[in-house]
Amino acid sequence: MKKTILLLLPFAGLLWVPLYNRHDPVLLGFPFFYWYQLAWVPVTSVLIWMAWKTDKQS
Amino acid sequence: MIPSLPDNAAIGVFVLCFVATIVLGSTVRFWRPLLNRRKAVTHHNQGEEWGLGGREFGAWITWFLVGGDFYTAYTVIAVPALVYSTGGFGFFALPYTIIVYPFIFAVMPKLWTIARDGGHATAADIVRARFGSRTLELAVAISGLVAVLPYIALQLIGIRTVVEALGYTGMLPLLFAFVSLAAYTWLGGLHAPALTAFIKDVMIYIAVLAAVIIVPIHLGGYGAMFHAATEHLPAIPGGHIVSQDQTVPYATLALSSAFAAFLYPHTLTGILAAKSADTIRQNAVFLPIYTIVLGLIALLGLMAHAAGIVTTSSSQVVPQLFLAIFPSWFAGFCFAAIAVGALVPASVMAIGAANLIMHNILPRHSESVTGARLAGLGVKVGALGCVVFLNAKFAIDLQLLGGVIILQTFPALIMGLLPLRLSAPALIGGWASGSLFGLGLCWMDGLKPVHPIAFGGFSASVSTGLLALGVNIVVTMVLGSVIRLALGASPSTLQPRQSMRRQS
Repeated sequence: MKKTILLLLPFAGLLWVPLYNRHDPVLLGFPFFYWYQLAWVPVTSVLIWMAWKTDKQS
Repeated sequence: MIPSLPDNAAIGVFVLCFVATIVLGSTVRFWRPLLNRRKAVTHHNQGEEWGLGGREFGAWITWFLVGGDFYTAYTVIAVPALVYSTGGFGFFALPYTIIVYPFIFAVMPKLWTIARDGGHATAADIVRARFGSRTLELAVAISGLVAVLPYIALQLIGIRTVVEALGYTGMLPLLFAFVSLAAYTWLGGLHAPALTAFIKDVMIYIAVLAAVIIVPIHLGGYGAMFHAATEHLPAIPGGHIVSQDQTVPYATLALSSAFAAFLYPHTLTGILAAKSADTIRQNAVFLPIYTIVLGLIALLGLMAHAAGIVTTSSSQVVPQLFLAIFPSWFAGFCFAAIAVGALVPASVMAIGAANLIMHNILPRHSESVTGARLAGLGVKVGALGCVVFLNAKFAIDLQLLGGVIILQTFPALIMGLLPLRLSAPALIGGWASGSLFGLGLCWMDGLKPVHPIAFGGFSASVSTGLLALGVNIVVTMVLGSVIRLALGASPSTLQPRQSMRRQS
């Protein structure tokens, strides 16, 4: 169950486009739209890694 | 602006880097035993050795191989071209290549285990064993073959694009692309792309890092770059990056691309060649690193605007940008990176498609390494045909068509893993309806990737592949229920029939 939620989070965060379809706030020159999506890359890695650990424990 | 012309330095560096990679890859079976210091003789037959690398690739090689054939000329040429023409909308490749990894993590280890236990090399093998249907096997195999041809064509176009950017015209660039691909794959088998994929990655990383550092310095930082690019693109009101009516296409294209990505024969080949299920899980954690690079490459489309690149042929965007901002010898190096970046996946695609022809389309027991090599060559000739008889822009559109086709194998391959009672006739019915519906929509819409729908006051454009997959799943479910009701068969009566099929 915990594993499923971890793996579904990136879908929720990235497929609901109105959530991040904005110019502001800008980070290091990057409009929000771009850095928000780029930020999901390491976040997804960590979420999958957590799911992997959950798998191994059970 | 007049396109910058390359000089001999660019051509020299390009030829040197590209040829060195092909020679290293093609001769891999001669020098690989020297590195490994282990017995070259394994228990695998030669076909499994050529086609799946003996199913013995560990975490590192799998990382390079899967990354190497998933991130292709589509990434380095087509995505920046789309960003150049449409702005932020072209970035749907970014969510696509992120959500694909949780999907891989959840699904692919199961598929790998089934394939290892049953000795399967392709998606169609797995489906035949699971549902005991030769017709379904053929359906999945033909879908894979048809879907991958335009994808290989796109890689050939990628190589052709950089050779053209070096100043050559006519048929020569395409011929060059085809001959190098054929030689590379024929000699090396799957070991060629697996062990040269790292060369490709290192070259691409160098090129991309140089671009994302040097270009903003030229243009006065990323803020200025984004600002300058916006002025060349259609204005989007309300502080948005993509317009309101583009958000649904953006999300549905990302989702359908993610579902389709690892159903292709070449990507699945990379997965099935892994050493263990855990190798795949580990790779799902680390493969997203490539996605960062994809995001940066996509930015090249915006940088081109900011750097004042004006071209009507959008696939020339990245080569023209490199020629404009880099010294010519380094542009030559970057072109070699793009060419190798197209060569490696194209080679895995040809092998994946050859596996399908040998294992699943031709009658049984006709397998041989020479046969597989000939099949691989035939696939490449087919892809060459796609390039010659359709213009470049059309081939990129055809790759979408490939996605619509390959998505129709999703119910048989992925939903087949679930404890659902799916039967072969129902899956075949669903596959046929989904394929016909999807192809019909593409035909009617003039090959556009999205189709407008209206439903109860809600109207939006939705990815055609996803719509066709919906039709496919509904037909599969309804047919399945009808067949069960008609036969009056309960799960317990289906069980003995399945075990009988397995023996046959």
